Amino acid sequence: MAIDSKLVERIAKLSRISLTESEVKNLSSDLDNILNWIEQLSELDTEGINPVFSSFDEEEIKYRSDEINDGGYREDIISNAPLSEDGFFLVPKVVD
Amino acid sequence: MNNLVKGETGDWEIVIGIEVHAQIVSNSKLFSSASTKFGGEHNTQVSFVDAGMPGMLPVINWVCVEQAIRTGLGLNAKINNYSIFDRKNYFYPDLPQGYQISQYKQPIVGEGSVTIDIDDKKSKTIRIERLHLEQDAGKSLHDQHPEFSFVDLNRSGVALMEIVSMPDISSADEAQSYIKKIRSIMRYLGTCDGNMEEGSLRADINVSVRKPGDELGTRCEIKNVNSIKFIGQAIDYEARRQIELIEDSKEIDQETRLFDPKKGETRSMRSKEEAHDYRYFPDPDLLPLSFSENIIEDIKSELPELPDDKKERFQKEYSLSTYDSNILVSEIEIADFFEAVAKGRDPKIAANWITGEYFAAMNKLGFSITNSPISIDNLSKLIKLIEENIISTRIAKDVFEIMLENNENPEEIIEREGLKQVSDSGELEKIIDNIIVENPDQVEAVKLKPKLMGWFVGQVMKETNGKANPKLVNDLLNDKLN
Amino acid sequence: MKEFSTLSIKETISSLKNKDFSVSELIDFHISSMENGRELNAFITETSDIARKKAIVCDQNYSKGEDKPLEGIPIGIKDMFCTKGVKTTASSKMLENFIPPYESTVTQNLWDDGAILLGKLNNDEFAMGSSNETSFFGEVKNPWKNSMDNFTVPGGSSGGSATSVAAGIGLASLGTDTGGSIRQPASFTGTVGLKPTYGRCSRWGIIAFASSLDQAGPITKTVRDCALLLNSICSYDPKDSTSSQKKIPDFEKATDESIKGMKIGIPKEYEADGISEDIIEYIEKGKEWLVESGAEIIEISLPHIKYALPCYYIIAPAEASSNLARYDGVKFTHRVDAENIIDMYEETRSQGFGDEVKRRIMIGTYVLSSGYYDAYYLKAQKVRAMISQDFKEAFSKVDAIYGPSTPSTAFELGDKKKDPLEMYLNDVFTVPVNLAGLPAMSVPVGLDKKNLPIGMQLIGNSFNEESILSIASCIEKSAKFDLNPNRWWINE
Repeated sequence: MAIDSKLVERIAKLSRISLTESEVKNLSSDLDNILNWIEQLSELDTEGINPVFSSFDEEEIKYRSDEINDGGYREDIISNAPLSEDGFFLVPKVVD
Repeated sequence: MNNLVKGETGDWEIVIGIEVHAQIVSNSKLFSSASTKFGGEHNTQVSFVDAGMPGMLPVINWVCVEQAIRTGLGLNAKINNYSIFDRKNYFYPDLPQGYQISQYKQPIVGEGSVTIDIDDKKSKTIRIERLHLEQDAGKSLHDQHPEFSFVDLNRSGVALMEIVSMPDISSADEAQSYIKKIRSIMRYLGTCDGNMEEGSLRADINVSVRKPGDELGTRCEIKNVNSIKFIGQAIDYEARRQIELIEDSKEIDQETRLFDPKKGETRSMRSKEEAHDYRYFPDPDLLPLSFSENIIEDIKSELPELPDDKKERFQKEYSLSTYDSNILVSEIEIADFFEAVAKGRDPKIAANWITGEYFAAMNKLGFSITNSPISIDNLSKLIKLIEENIISTRIAKDVFEIMLENNENPEEIIEREGLKQVSDSGELEKIIDNIIVENPDQVEAVKLKPKLMGWFVGQVMKETNGKANPKLVNDLLNDKLN
Repeated sequence: MKEFSTLSIKETISSLKNKDFSVSELIDFHISSMENGRELNAFITETSDIARKKAIVCDQNYSKGEDKPLEGIPIGIKDMFCTKGVKTTASSKMLENFIPPYESTVTQNLWDDGAILLGKLNNDEFAMGSSNETSFFGEVKNPWKNSMDNFTVPGGSSGGSATSVAAGIGLASLGTDTGGSIRQPASFTGTVGLKPTYGRCSRWGIIAFASSLDQAGPITKTVRDCALLLNSICSYDPKDSTSSQKKIPDFEKATDESIKGMKIGIPKEYEADGISEDIIEYIEKGKEWLVESGAEIIEISLPHIKYALPCYYIIAPAEASSNLARYDGVKFTHRVDAENIIDMYEETRSQGFGDEVKRRIMIGTYVLSSGYYDAYYLKAQKVRAMISQDFKEAFSKVDAIYGPSTPSTAFELGDKKKDPLEMYLNDVFTVPVNLAGLPAMSVPVGLDKKNLPIGMQLIGNSFNEESILSIASCIEKSAKFDLNPNRWWINE
């Protein structure tokens, strides 16, 4: 699977990262190399293997009880926001 | 069944599938311990987890899981005792983590069904495809500032159930019945309060049209419709729009649309080049959700009676009509109210009074069953007075009017106002004899025209201020005049 | 004045108990070491004031006899751990000024045990890298220069953590290990580094890179110190769904246990290409030490281990692409203003993330995207299952697995910066362990011909850190590696 600049631009869009032309060029070749190398996995027969999404295999799941004991610290929530007003996060206007 | 819509080129069929987003009744959120309460000061019901702060991790709230199982059982659905939480990745300012924790390939609830009533005689089964657990996002406010949207994360992380129907719904009416039924079931179960104004229940509606027998057409999704009335309007508008497009030989774009209640129209919501690719994958911060069959059985054994069963029981146990039963079971509060009022009383009279006088008054005065101005006890007493012929139905209506004012005991009202029905035949005979003596012409006339008997009844009622027992009056008049 | 910098934690605590010196004296010494060592660029934030204040309290605790297990011990913390009120950057421009309003569980455990925060340590940006050259705050230098007198990398991503300990700044440090980020830098700097079993330490409050692989762990001078830190940081945390409820043993005790009769496996696949001769020599030496101590060496096979790296470079970037989506200019410090929200996102992320982070986000987004999920992500998780199975079978025959931590010793600064793939290959021995969630550690054994430290890796069975601590302790005694780098960074 060859990675071309069009694909890189599509992935960048999905990742919400803007790229310069030269970045697109470099990333195309980097990603092409890396994905070609990754391609070696395809030689492995994984038919019938159950995927493992986590190496944590403890049987017992921990549940939270349905109690309210968090929240109520708005200042802490917005303290790192680049732009806020009256306890709200501010973002460029979103129009649907 | 005829749900076909007429177009210029003939009849069209509407195909509708609905995704209901129902907020789970719980104290704290799906993955954090912040409050879910409606209407709090913005950003005060937000934990570090809900704000997507670096290093924060989700831990699941067991009550939310139980609620989903309960709802699944209420929808006659298969409960999956192994399910997976996935991340649905997309960027949006009120989605602080940059992904929504949801369930994709392995939801907690599988296929089920609900029955909706088409009319008093017919019903229809709508199949449920699945129910899954997911987090709600925050809220963006757009009217506070000319350049900026304001983000409030209070809702972020609140537990939702997404209930997905099969495309079995064929009209706006059916869609409305379906939503009402799902809402009713969840309210019976106590799993969702169904409050559409507060956003506890929203629907995404997939609409397409086709000529009967044709393949499915291209569908449009109308997002976030938040009232039953709007659901009907949105479907009607959208179906008409699609039919007109096709009949004009135009293409329908598969897209997301918004319903504008002010204009009664749907409009395109997101630009087309923004094709979504949510990149779902199992959330590595959470383990698969698994529980034993025993847990499902335990929950099942504690389920309350649901609308369909209750309806059947009302018909059998109280000999109520389908019509009355449908109305009485539509809301758990109504059903409970009815049963409380009818306890030890004639259930038919109770049903008639509740669906008739009582509801009419509630509607007129803007009350509902949950803030009823008349107590169960007093309404029950009124039914008893009617049932035992102490007052007539007509007098009962007057008493009821008085009761509406300050929930007075009807026994005291009739005592005070002297409204007790006259069932003393001696007393009534005297009155009747008097009338006969004073109206010889009418006595003659009634012999030829038996219909005039009503005039005599009226006279008796007049004399007794309506308190005479009408059956007794009729019997006595019959004896005396025939 | 004593030479504080050569003391282990164990020795320091006994001196403090003896009143040979006070915590305040100790802290002053380490603060000046930190200041004198700025050329190493190990620290992003120095927290001298916090340290001095706490030292006073610690001294009081010693006087009152209320000293806790790590009372007064200065520790540097990788800048991936959120520290309440102290800037935490993940070495990224994206979080350049982020001040967490909360403290990570593992660091809180350290402070509860009396340890003192010395400062926040540099690392590869968002822990993505193997040389500490991707940090927004600049590269970290390995205290060990090579025999050509050239600067070498400290390894990564916990480069600052390894460098500070090797340079005697602070008595220990915390790192995180997603694919070798504790063990590889420990190996490059002649320090001891341990990655516990996945689930042993809470991940709560650690800035996530790849959630199914990340794990916190200590970097120390000695195996015993490593065990002491482990005793403190491991705990069950109800705030982390993947935190284990298993009983936590006394790790320090394990360092005194004999390894007589232990079966130690050496994977035949490790003989594969690319390991430097000096390292091969030390693998052999190590075998002899182990046999002399009464252990039995058994050849084992991990047939799918060669697929671990490509497998890792699907899974880790996939998880990272999602974990890093929250850095969008809305909530945390860095934002590039723009007319509309999409431009704001794209510019903020473009300028906030460095090249390697962008590269991994792009790979991760690609392997999860519609049409590629099965071929890449799902495939990788199946390969992961096969690798885990290999280890399971191996551990049915042996108590631990022994081999090199890295195929080479520290390379020169800038050497591999150009070629990401070559950089990735550096983690060939460490990555499989993370995929299987096993505990593993690197212990220094000697120097190569370039005068650079060599580390050996020990891999334990799930939740059996004790065995590898016992073995590491034995190797430590045999290797007698007590060398320190020349202090070229001190201008006197």
